[in-house]
Amino acid sequence: MKLFVSEGNPHCVKVLAGLEVTGVKCDVQLVSHEERVVPFLNRPVLPVLLLPSGQHLFSPNAICQYLFEVVGKEASDDGNQLLEWEATELQPAVLQALHMLMLQGKSGEAGTVLKGPLGWLEQYLSKRTTPFLTEETVAVADIVLWAALYPILSNSTFEAVVGELPSVRGWFKRVSQVPACEAAVQRVLQGKGLDALKNFLQKQPAPHIQRRDSPSSANATEMEDSELMMTEEEVEVAAQAWSKGLPDCSDSTQKKHPILPQEGKRNVLVTSALPYVNNVPHLGNIIGCVLSADVFARYGRLRGWNLLYVCGTDEYGTATENKAREEGLTPQEICDKYHAVHSSIYKWFQIDFDYFGRTTTEQQTEIAQDIFWRLHERGYLLEDVVEQLRCENCQRFLADRFVEGVCPHCKYPEARGDQCDKCGRLINAVELKEPQCKVCQQTPEIRSSKHLFLDLPKLEGELEQWLEKSMGSGDWTVNAKHITRSWLRDGLKPRCITRDLQWGTPVPHPDFSDKVFYVWFDAPIGYLSITANYTSEWEKWWKNPQQVELYNFMAKDNVPFHSVVFPCSLLGAQDNYTLVNNLVATEYLNYEDTKFSKSRGVGVFGDMAKDTGIPSDVWRFYLLYLRPEGQDSAFSWADMALKNNSELLNNLGNFINRAGMFVSKFFEGHVPEMVLQDEDKRLIAQVCWELKQYIQLLDKVRIRDALKCILNISRHGNQYIQVNEPWKKIKGGDDDRKRAGTVTGVSVNVACLLSAMLEPYMPTVSQTIRDQLQAPAHCARAMLYADRGFLCSLSAGHRIGTVSPLFQKLESEQIEALRKRFGGQQPDEETPTGKVPSSTVNSAQPKPPAAAAPAVNASVSAADPEKAKQLAAAVAKQVRTCAKCQIKNNPIIITIFPSTQ
Amino acid sequence: MALKELSSLEKCLGLKKPNKYSTQGERKVPVLQNNNGPALVGLVTIASHLVHEAKRTELLGNSAEQRAVVQQWLEYRITRLDNCSKEEVKVILKELNQYLEDKVYLAGNSFTLADTLMYYGIHHIIMNLAVQEKEKFLNVTRWFDHIQHYPGVRHHLAPVVVLRNRVYPSGQH
Repeated sequence: MKLFVSEGNPHCVKVLAGLEVTGVKCDVQLVSHEERVVPFLNRPVLPVLLLPSGQHLFSPNAICQYLFEVVGKEASDDGNQLLEWEATELQPAVLQALHMLMLQGKSGEAGTVLKGPLGWLEQYLSKRTTPFLTEETVAVADIVLWAALYPILSNSTFEAVVGELPSVRGWFKRVSQVPACEAAVQRVLQGKGLDALKNFLQKQPAPHIQRRDSPSSANATEMEDSELMMTEEEVEVAAQAWSKGLPDCSDSTQKKHPILPQEGKRNVLVTSALPYVNNVPHLGNIIGCVLSADVFARYGRLRGWNLLYVCGTDEYGTATENKAREEGLTPQEICDKYHAVHSSIYKWFQIDFDYFGRTTTEQQTEIAQDIFWRLHERGYLLEDVVEQLRCENCQRFLADRFVEGVCPHCKYPEARGDQCDKCGRLINAVELKEPQCKVCQQTPEIRSSKHLFLDLPKLEGELEQWLEKSMGSGDWTVNAKHITRSWLRDGLKPRCITRDLQWGTPVPHPDFSDKVFYVWFDAPIGYLSITANYTSEWEKWWKNPQQVELYNFMAKDNVPFHSVVFPCSLLGAQDNYTLVNNLVATEYLNYEDTKFSKSRGVGVFGDMAKDTGIPSDVWRFYLLYLRPEGQDSAFSWADMALKNNSELLNNLGNFINRAGMFVSKFFEGHVPEMVLQDEDKRLIAQVCWELKQYIQLLDKVRIRDALKCILNISRHGNQYIQVNEPWKKIKGGDDDRKRAGTVTGVSVNVACLLSAMLEPYMPTVSQTIRDQLQAPAHCARAMLYADRGFLCSLSAGHRIGTVSPLFQKLESEQIEALRKRFGGQQPDEETPTGKVPSSTVNSAQPKPPAAAAPAVNASVSAADPEKAKQLAAAVAKQVRTCAKCQIKNNPIIITIFPSTQ
Repeated sequence: MALKELSSLEKCLGLKKPNKYSTQGERKVPVLQNNNGPALVGLVTIASHLVHEAKRTELLGNSAEQRAVVQQWLEYRITRLDNCSKEEVKVILKELNQYLEDKVYLAGNSFTLADTLMYYGIHHIIMNLAVQEKEKFLNVTRWFDHIQHYPGVRHHLAPVVVLRNRVYPSGQH
């Protein structure tokens, strides 16, 4: 055991006195203040006691407690309490006082700081009957408190300012007389008095004077909600702009198809990752791409942008073939069936696509083959031989999941083609011993076949240049930038773009006539071909980077295919393609502390949402409220009920309903005359400010944050009604009645603005509000268009319709039933103590749809075992990357390039 | 805040009869009124007292050394973590991350009161970390996830989602 101390460090007085008093044997080593004895602490901290176990004690109080325990004096509640008080109350005050006195020469203020703690101690001691703090003899608390107070009470400067403290001084004197204490002081201060501490104090960070008042990071967010300070001028400007009312613009909000880029307009093309056709999307998929893109598209249209939103189902690939075999249908029938399922789910969620297409079209073949030939002509494709397993009986190459055999590592007999379930190691299907086709149990053969690779390394320089420009000028989410950069940092490798399958876009090259394109190459081309199905003039969107701004929405697993791989295809094709300007990727949405799982029946899937009886708008609201922006979030039934009841019902719905009801009940359904007073103007300015925030946030695609602005406005509105009490004033005199009129009129206009702001989030509710208020059709667009701001859109005399409640309460029984039905986990609350903790957390991500299903391409030629080994390692790395992408459908093929390349 | 913590701790310890607490001062220091003696003041003091009452003293450490380590982290919690500034949060996470590198629990190989109170105190910080930061402070996140799933601990706090797969490549910190 070893004790490290430094000279002139007041904390060392504690431990040295403790050591002397207890007589514990221990080496003492003197080191400098800067010595970092404890490796894991950021700053050098002393004293430190190195325990026999090798652990470091760096808290002087814990060291003292330990020393006393070693000699059999255990901690008591009384002692503990004094030590805690010393650490939290006394010590900060003492350090601050010493800092003020020794370094700043402010003795008066130093005394003030100490008054509280010293007063408390005086009172404590005056009630004690023992000579020392807790007992008849010196205990740990005496040593700790005495040493803490030593620099203060031994200094005459403090005498005048801290005042008479008879009990404290009496006790202090008694402890000082203990020989151990005197020796400790001598050892630390070296007879130089308090000046010895100067050096130490200078090295310490300045104590926080405001420490107690400074908000902790926890309530910092609450602070943001607090009232906003606005100047008179700002308030006046907002009020004047409001009073002008709606402009007479009658520009139609009707969409005219086909939407094409227009000169002089902001032309925005929005895509959402293409959901894979044979999965029913779950809530995580929906919020991750289609819903997020829908909110942005609706917002863009309100802002008057010339916007096109396209999406569709991704239909080619092994997974579809397998599904078809399972259900006894053809792949095309499977696609037709599930495309309809997808369509109806998105329709229920009110996803307002301009066009929802699919990838199995002629246009897809045409465009994909065109891009292929352009890449081929420009020398961006490489040829190589890949080894694969082929089942002659089934007449097809086997995907990894369709091979089983003996694990080459652990001899487990039922290892899968991609991984062994027993030893967990990744396997290349061709390495399996005694491989078997899972469908027919026959032994497949190893066949080598020629494949084509996209030469990504050759395109790397051009890609980097473009990325720098796109990321610099557009809005890329942090995760999108990060994932892209890490891909580039690891270096790009050629990627296989062909496969031995039937269900896909045929490769047009005569040497590869029995092959199709790999989905990752094929699927993103779907964006182009789907647009081509929408309009024959699709090139005006896709070969027009000068006029078009492209937004891609997706979950983060899809980022590399949109930021690296697909752009490389387009850059290499050299046909003036529109490349992504803004890449918006969400994190993952989990389900009640676990992941969505179709096979286990956990989670809510798109087709079940409508069976819950909860309106589509409420689903949209809650999913957007917890949109995984910046970090993962989790869907929870209880929280959904809470947000519905508190935010929608009690806040938003309550405000809008009250505003409308007052007009109906007190003013016969006509908006009353409004004479603005300061208070009304202030509310208008506040609402304007929130509206501005909303626009700024949505321009940057901060969809979740912008939703909070809407809720803030209705909160302000509720407060405004509460303070002004129109329901009381309406019964008063003339002035009061006029006041009630103004408050009601302003409120109902705020409700009208809310309907506009709600349109992207809750389209049905938004429309219902406008219907109830009989608001002019163009008011939503008018207020969000350009920077017009909050306008009085329902002027005095306007007649409103019938007002009724917008939301319904979600009862806890109803929610509990839903939670049980959809398999949410029980919260941990009721778990009895003593059970083994579960360290395995079900935290894996939900499977998002893959627009471009990534595949790990690599293949091992048995000819060169050494090289194969190296590559296997590289592949293992790539596979890990791929595990993140959650796509396991594709076989892993390991490739070795001939040495000539 | 501290009061919620204490009532969760009572449940966690299996104490049947809930105590009544009040607070004092600006910092809202918890106070436990005691029938047979003066009131107890301070979070750590009261928490330790509850552990004794529940006859679960192993939660304060099994040896003098371990008891000292537990005390040290309890003190760290109330002096460093509580009311710390935004900049200080990063320092604390870094320190804990380094400390926890080779440890399962704060006091080594067994679960103690230090884990419970540190978990309660650090929850709001971890809750607000981005995925990337959670990966940066991997050891803290691992410890945190372990503690939040320890039977009976979580109670009043929302679960924080911790991913098992790394999303951001290593070498970023």
